[in-house]
Amino acid sequence: MSVAEREPLLSVSGLSKHFRMSRTEVLKAVDDVSFDVREGETVGLVGESGCGKSTTGRCIVRLHEPTAGAVRFAGEDVYAPAGSRSADRERKRRLCKGMQMVFQNPYSSLNPRMTVKDIVGEGFALVGRLGQKERDERIVELLRTVGLGAEHMSRFPHEFSGGQRQRIGIARALSVDPRFIVCDEPISALDVSIQAQVINMLKRLQAERGLTYLFVAHDLSVVKYISDRVIVMYLGTVVEQAGASELYRSPLHPYTRALFSAIPEADPRVARGRARIPLKGEIPSPVNPRDECRFADRCPIAEPVCRSRRPPLRDMGDGHRVACHLA
Amino acid sequence: MPEAILDVQDLSYSFRTYGGEVQAVRGVSFEVMPGEVVGIVGESGCGKSVTAQCALRLNPEPPGFRRGGRMLYKGEDVFAKGERELRRMRGAEIGFVFQDPMTYLNPTMRVGAQVEEVFAGRPGVSRREARSRADEMLALVGISDVARRREQYPHELSGGMKQRVMIAMALVGRPSLIIADEPTTSLDVTIEAQILELLDDLRRKLGTAIVLITHDLGVIAKMCDRVYVMYGGKVVESGGAEDIFYRTAHPYTAGLLGSVARLETDCDEELKAIEGTPPDLFSPPPGCPFAARCDYAMRVCRESPAPEYRLEGGHRVSCWLRHEYAEPVELPARCAPEAAV
Repeated sequence: MSVAEREPLLSVSGLSKHFRMSRTEVLKAVDDVSFDVREGETVGLVGESGCGKSTTGRCIVRLHEPTAGAVRFAGEDVYAPAGSRSADRERKRRLCKGMQMVFQNPYSSLNPRMTVKDIVGEGFALVGRLGQKERDERIVELLRTVGLGAEHMSRFPHEFSGGQRQRIGIARALSVDPRFIVCDEPISALDVSIQAQVINMLKRLQAERGLTYLFVAHDLSVVKYISDRVIVMYLGTVVEQAGASELYRSPLHPYTRALFSAIPEADPRVARGRARIPLKGEIPSPVNPRDECRFADRCPIAEPVCRSRRPPLRDMGDGHRVACHLA
Repeated sequence: MPEAILDVQDLSYSFRTYGGEVQAVRGVSFEVMPGEVVGIVGESGCGKSVTAQCALRLNPEPPGFRRGGRMLYKGEDVFAKGERELRRMRGAEIGFVFQDPMTYLNPTMRVGAQVEEVFAGRPGVSRREARSRADEMLALVGISDVARRREQYPHELSGGMKQRVMIAMALVGRPSLIIADEPTTSLDVTIEAQILELLDDLRRKLGTAIVLITHDLGVIAKMCDRVYVMYGGKVVESGGAEDIFYRTAHPYTAGLLGSVARLETDCDEELKAIEGTPPDLFSPPPGCPFAARCDYAMRVCRESPAPEYRLEGGHRVSCWLRHEYAEPVELPARCAPEAAV
């Protein structure tokens, strides 16, 4: 069976996360976002800062309570009323075993007062009681998987470099043997030569364990490299989604085109020869957005229809979807 | 041949800490000619920022101190200058753009006043003139509605706007040299492209030389005439941008180029990560700093520092593989795209 025919492992529908700033102001960080992630694939979520990509990732793993919409993971509704508090707690345990998160900043996402052994082993409480010896064995095995060793067990996070800390964060996420991992900018805080190490490791782990990733990032070249499908967000909404190679070959949304034309390519002749599509101004505020295309103010081809209503996400064939009146 | 604006000769710079002496920069030489864009590329801890900050003596001294070598700005050694002279140079001779505009702008001052402040205590510039020059520069860096913006505080501006204000501050004194330390690292790609184009445009208009410090090879590829690649406190390779990208001579540079995912990188192809981590600068290795991570390392690489070999057209490399007794190796070089030639 091909990837396309399988039931989605994760399905996000109509997800919104609004933050109330004052009596009259509402910041719509994520506004009516829907997409599916199928088992075994990597979906890249890209966009510039403030587009809501991290908030979306956080809503999926229940780090933010969404304002509206539903998230279904492995056939289970993540946010449906659970009936009782104990039922909700039980569901949370199940979900935590199924999905985990790797955070952007390896300096702030590890507790500085815990040893590596405690950080990686904390999740075992979810799996069930383990004896001291078995617990240690599993921690060593996890550390080996991410390229660290038994000698690192009793050390503290400050003794490690950024790349090593990110490995510890990945080992922690793997400790409960999840099916799905949200990687929230896992490499943007790392040096170039270390980034490749972590990317290669994530790909290897996926192949070995059949993991599914939602890969949130702003580095478009890395996203193209690691993803099967890519979702482009702008100001809280999805503007385009398609298979990775299809999207990069023929982007349909004017924002996607402008974004791709600005990619800093590490090749002098390509970088200097390419014409950039200039965008007017900067990303507008997501506070109290109007009911129009969010990109209209900066769009090089905007027409009156763009300001009349918000464009729906339309399927252009082969799962290539775009939210643009003019596409 | 015109005289170099900035001429660095065998500079070594260290910091005294409780743990011992950190040898951040170990014998770096480079020069910057008037009007050119020179890139210094390297990863965190390679000494690129420390080197650049020496030009204005911005490193805290102590614990920092010069271990050896010279840094000449227009023929004068900056390490021989007193605090008063340095104060005069900052902004008027050399402008500095920092990585994080959030932390380098004063949050309690309006941005217009911060740009004007460059002239404070300088003879020959009246208040009114300072104000008009600040406004002119803010407009030049692409800030619209200057009259309103100049009265705003940094927190009211977006990241790209703040970086524009930083650039205006660096340029308003009409310096002959701008040092930009990771000027676009905290910005989004579309804003990054705008800021880089702005810097390039200003260089053309004002003839200012630029030293661009970055870890991003994409930024280097787009902007720089000449490039210095630093690793472990040393320059390992230098040359024209095309030399570095298409005729790569040092294994570290090749590794760096191989480890970035590019648009045409095939998804099935594994990225060539450089295994291991950079050297500890408390006790730097006696030989080549990259030897421990280098695929081609020989015994001599670990024992003594590599001499600098001169290749064609000003391209230089410090690597033992160039020695006549070394076995020749083929580094994975990048092919220049034919279509763009």
